[in-house]
Amino acid sequence: MVILIVSVITILILVILSSVFKIYTLIDIIVGNYKKLANSSNKINGVLLFAFVIFGFISLSFYSYVEFDRYNIAVASEHGVFTDRLFVINILVTSVVFVITQFALFYFPYRYNWTASRKPSFFVEDHKLEFIWTVVPAIALTVLVFEGLKLWSNITETPPENSEVIEVVGQQFGWKTRYPGNSKRLGKYDYRLIDPTNELGLDLTDHSSFDDFLSNTLYLPKGKPVLLKIRSKDVLHSCYIPHFRVKMDAVPGMPTRFWFVPQKTTLEMRDELNNPDFDYELACAEICGKGHFTMRMLVKVENQSDYEKWFSSQNSWLSKNPEYLDQVPDNLKELALVKTGLENELYN
Amino acid sequence: MTTAKDLRSYDEIPHDEHHEETFISKYIFTTDHKMISKQFLTTAIVWGLIGGLMSVLFRLQLGFPELNLEFLRPVLGHWITSAGKLDPEFYLSQVTLHGTIMVFFVLTGGLSGTFSNFLIPLQIGARDMASGFMNMLSYWFFFISSCLMISSCFIETGAAAGGWTVYPPLSAVQQASSGSGLGMTLWLCSMAVFIVSSLLGGINYITTIVNLRTRGMTFNRLPLTIWAFLITAILGVLAFPVLFSASLLLIFDRSFGTSFFLSEIYIAGEALPNQGGSALLFQHLFWFLGHPEVYIVLLPGLGISSEIIATNSRNPIFGYTSMVFSMLVIGFLSFIVWAHHMFITGMNPFLGSIFMLLTLIIAVPSAVKVFNYIVTMWRGNIVLTPAMLFAIGLVSFFISGGLTGIFLGNSALDIQLHDTYFVVAHFHIVMGSASFFGMLAGVYHWFPKFFGRMMDHRLGQIHFWCSFIGIYLMFTPMHYIGIAGVPRRYYAFTNFDVFNVFSDLNAFMSTAAMFLFASQLIFIFNYFYSMFRGRIAPLNPWHSNTLEWTTPRFPGHGNWPGRIPPVYRWPYDYGKPNAKDDFIPQNIPFSQTKSSNLIHENSSVLTEENLKNSYNDEEVYDKLH
Repeated sequence: MVILIVSVITILILVILSSVFKIYTLIDIIVGNYKKLANSSNKINGVLLFAFVIFGFISLSFYSYVEFDRYNIAVASEHGVFTDRLFVINILVTSVVFVITQFALFYFPYRYNWTASRKPSFFVEDHKLEFIWTVVPAIALTVLVFEGLKLWSNITETPPENSEVIEVVGQQFGWKTRYPGNSKRLGKYDYRLIDPTNELGLDLTDHSSFDDFLSNTLYLPKGKPVLLKIRSKDVLHSCYIPHFRVKMDAVPGMPTRFWFVPQKTTLEMRDELNNPDFDYELACAEICGKGHFTMRMLVKVENQSDYEKWFSSQNSWLSKNPEYLDQVPDNLKELALVKTGLENELYN
Repeated sequence: MTTAKDLRSYDEIPHDEHHEETFISKYIFTTDHKMISKQFLTTAIVWGLIGGLMSVLFRLQLGFPELNLEFLRPVLGHWITSAGKLDPEFYLSQVTLHGTIMVFFVLTGGLSGTFSNFLIPLQIGARDMASGFMNMLSYWFFFISSCLMISSCFIETGAAAGGWTVYPPLSAVQQASSGSGLGMTLWLCSMAVFIVSSLLGGINYITTIVNLRTRGMTFNRLPLTIWAFLITAILGVLAFPVLFSASLLLIFDRSFGTSFFLSEIYIAGEALPNQGGSALLFQHLFWFLGHPEVYIVLLPGLGISSEIIATNSRNPIFGYTSMVFSMLVIGFLSFIVWAHHMFITGMNPFLGSIFMLLTLIIAVPSAVKVFNYIVTMWRGNIVLTPAMLFAIGLVSFFISGGLTGIFLGNSALDIQLHDTYFVVAHFHIVMGSASFFGMLAGVYHWFPKFFGRMMDHRLGQIHFWCSFIGIYLMFTPMHYIGIAGVPRRYYAFTNFDVFNVFSDLNAFMSTAAMFLFASQLIFIFNYFYSMFRGRIAPLNPWHSNTLEWTTPRFPGHGNWPGRIPPVYRWPYDYGKPNAKDDFIPQNIPFSQTKSSNLIHENSSVLTEENLKNSYNDEEVYDKLH
């Protein structure tokens, strides 16, 4: 029944529209619109174009102003402050060009709308004018390029010596982090050693991996350089932390890295945003399969002391999985037992 | 079937009286460039509708995630989950196919295929393409490739779902996604065939433009459309083989156990044996085509709009030489900026700085083009035909999208903006919408020559306003969402507090998308209705200067009855002071326009008689044989 009514209404509307179309066509023939190069609709369209650009500017400015806090997400890293500033500089420069060119583009059809009497300008070339509008954008761009290059080289320069090294590993569909433990050195890994328990393929022939521990949350210290070592187990992922302006692809077979300085703890950010439920989040920004949109990891930024406390309270992966001691070479067994604190258990 | 030589041969008798054509040789396996271009155009319109419908489908998911899509089950079957939602895998395959179809089948095949084919012989004064047979093959390879692509929608494992960029390992490892099975194989085969089609077309376009220009059609008298098609074809011929190699290596990785792109992968509980490959290598190869591809779809649109804006402003195009040079510079630069798609892929940051520098240089010739368009309109006498409206829309999109490109080309800003909706907004405006508008402008402008009838003006204008406003309503909000960092290719945003705050804008954009799609039906109606019932077109409806308007209403095989008219002047003598009319076609000698000639033009009157009596090389050749 519903389908019947809908189809009847659709047919009715189509009939009405086609009648209107035919009537207008007949009117055009009677009035003789087809013989003219430009008829009355020319003027109307000219006015509409001009109205469009004015209305467009107003609504764009209005929305950008009113909703500023919604689309401008808070920044919590040192370099993020600078990239945000560069973004604003870009907005200012491009806005000038945008307003001038769009205005001219839509104003001229209105201003120079066809009239039989007007003699066009026959303006073919003007080398001076062309020179100016080639050089001015070039200079403006040079400034933007220079600012960008400076910033880019700062962001990508060698991380400071005292950086907190953390490994972030992407897989379908989740993230895992690995901390270097008290040795402050991440152990080697090998993708062929990965199994359901040894998720990250820790290589236990390297003694640095004895005290490595894993976490499902990315804990970060405030005010200290953090070096993320990023890798992937299966397909491409991208480690993306919006509030820190951090994004770097995770590539299987090619470890990548990104370093930055978190500036605000989670608690400070909650105060700033007046949102007690706020948490930093790490997302995947490179299409990786059907669960792409679910790849979320919680990020917690804490004061140095709280972070240290959390750090030292963690048990190493090996101590949680003592059956993997078999993989440790004989000459390192002793060391492995000491480092993991398993020796007491074993001898008691 | 006629050979190419027959088509070109010089003869005083009109050509089409020679041979009876069957339905098959006229409409299907035709070697006539005009019919081939109509085949491309109609195929592209069908593809455009399919691609558009796909976007409406996944916009439904994004805009109205709560909506029950159970009513689509008769069409989509098991791709509707038991909860009445789109399957996430299906969502991704729609995103992938939408991108692939729009970029390759609509804007590359549809735009170059239609307008290069149609306008090159008609505007340079040639009987047909250099090789009509290759031209026919080009269309039929395109058709086969289309069939392969669409067939992947109908297989059980679904179409390719790794994004239109098909980055491995996702696209190479079948365990990673069900679309990476047969769907991806079909995608790669389709693409390989498409590249063959594109190369056959491109080689033909270049050869025709270089060799078959009529007497007097020197390069500095070429319409800007032809310049644009020439540069486009050169870009295609240089860039597509690289995509072919990438596809080939990917096929090897997928089927023959090689490790070009694969290394150290542990998936679905097993470690793959592949080591030493580089996922980045594929990205380099892909974007070496991918970036020129942006200009392959955009340049024809820019050429078409140059022609339309000059004609309808009744003003010569401003800065013809700088228009040509800026296109050449853009074409050249497009080959050395590809890695700006890869700033944060782990590529050496120093390389990033170089590519950022080169990328931003493109803004200079682009700005020159925009200024030239605007000054062409300045103090003109503007006729707002539907084609002109679409050309103005194109320039507006070119500005808006070009300016957001300055943000993305800046590697420091790209860290935050990469793979967010800001990118989606940017390329949909500058590459998608601008080229799309170029295509529509071209259809409205040359429809009288295509079918000998006029399209309805008023419907054209309504179509313009709906599309133009629809596109801005659709893509402007995406910029804000992108600045807020929302990543693209997400099935839903509910998992993240930081992204899940724009449901109002998402619903708004989806509504705009449906409106935009619906308004294209106005065009479809106008196109097919006018083809049969439109008003009979006058010979030169827009008072235009280029050669195609000197042909009969239905140009036959060979385009001009009798000799091809020679060309005496550039194509932009609009509104010339002291001229009888406000336009002087290219085939009018200076000796007939003494009152309006400029000083240097008077001197060329002397050589005109020689030009008129001379023969082309091919005409001499044909006389001898």
